Amino acid sequence: MSRQPFTPDQYHELVSKLTPSSRMLRGYWRAFWVGGLICAVGQALTLWADTLHLGEVTSPMFTTGVLVFAGTTLTGIGVYDRIGQYAGAGSAIPVTGFANSVAAPAIEFQREGAVMGVGARLFTLAGPVLAYGIASSVVVGIAYWLIRGWVL
Amino acid sequence: MSRAGQQTFVYDRPPAIAAHASIVGPKEGQGPLAEWFDTVLEDDLLSQKSWELAEMEMVRRCVLDALNKAQLPSEAVQAMLGGDLNNQIIASSFAARTLGMPFIGLYGACSTFAQALVIGSALISGGYLENAACTASSHFCTAERQFRFPLELGTQRPPQASRTATACGCALLTAEGEAPLRVTQGTVGRIIDLNITDANHMGAAMAPAVFDCIAAHLADTGRSASDYDLIATGDLGWIGRNLLLELCAAAGLDMPADRLIDCGASLFSREQDTHAGGSGCGCVAAVSCGWLMKRMEQGELSRVLVVGSGAMFSPTSSQQAQSVPGIAYAACIERKD
Repeated sequence: MSRQPFTPDQYHELVSKLTPSSRMLRGYWRAFWVGGLICAVGQALTLWADTLHLGEVTSPMFTTGVLVFAGTTLTGIGVYDRIGQYAGAGSAIPVTGFANSVAAPAIEFQREGAVMGVGARLFTLAGPVLAYGIASSVVVGIAYWLIRGWVL
Repeated sequence: MSRAGQQTFVYDRPPAIAAHASIVGPKEGQGPLAEWFDTVLEDDLLSQKSWELAEMEMVRRCVLDALNKAQLPSEAVQAMLGGDLNNQIIASSFAARTLGMPFIGLYGACSTFAQALVIGSALISGGYLENAACTASSHFCTAERQFRFPLELGTQRPPQASRTATACGCALLTAEGEAPLRVTQGTVGRIIDLNITDANHMGAAMAPAVFDCIAAHLADTGRSASDYDLIATGDLGWIGRNLLLELCAAAGLDMPADRLIDCGASLFSREQDTHAGGSGCGCVAAVSCGWLMKRMEQGELSRVLVVGSGAMFSPTSSQQAQSVPGIAYAACIERKD
């Protein structure tokens, strides 16, 4: 016996009417300035690396290394989750967010031990990014190899 | 008459609530109900090695606190009925291991406390038990890692998401006793699913089940909502509470808005940034054992319907894109003067 006054479709309509939507414009602004700031710091690091004559290959690696170190440190001292709550994609998309997604499970699952805890769970969040990132780079590489005769 | 209608138990020998105890975490202790809880934890790890052990310790302390108030030794407890949100309800069963009580483990997601009251009262009324410790707990940090993400991950939560309360409540029911509060009726709800697939929106997933349970309770007992001083839902949050009011209005069930409160929506203030409000097994348990029962004992309220609500999903069902079914149990608590 159903007492429900609404069909699922009618109910879904009511739910979306009564659920406040995320504040999109505010979210865009926060993501923009925090994400932009992280990128500006990255660019500054690269320019600095250039003055150290690290070379074309090493400079970007130096930048990435510093940002990953910063992201991991901020995760460890419990600051990055607050930044993330504020900035959303602004702090999730840059490489510092990638560092956060690896460091957070490392902290969380250390109580399950080094093998089945940290070892097994370290890439639970970053795993999909790595898997599909590497897979798509292979696809792009093959596509490039096939068409390079026409392009170049 | 020990039964009314399709879903309601009417207890012939309504058990007394001999004692009740509540423990909440630090954030809950900054909320508007802080003064009503027996214990506000300063350290939500409770000096333990893991969050799961911390939750277990919280349950243990809460049950012992209730027993102390009733001056009942733990060996005299005939059954502990309880559950939590952890896989295989480890917080409750590990606490029961330490307490050494006969244990009936329950799972009704966040409705577990009301479920324990309904079943515990039936067993006492039926003469199978002389007393029962009914409990339920939840911990923000155990729930986050099991259902969502690691604590330190920088994610944003949508406005409809709720915060799992770090809280535990225990009500000690006895067959005999002079205590003023009695559990007089209990209604077992149906699983209702209106195909909400957003596991963040538990208020929306559970509101139809809560509506169904309240409607069944009122139909079975021949009462109306205004026969209650308060109808306290578990953890619909403020969006879910609004949905429940809409459901009642559309079904022609008279539900005075000033008599309908939600424990989750009451536990935190809006400034605490918990979005839709508090949730978790411990939310309705601690708010009932703290705020509601104390107000009843002070004579401010004389008949309250506690409606615990649960979202019966798991991370697996959610990842497999299944909808979130809801359940609710209602326990009627009355003051006998």
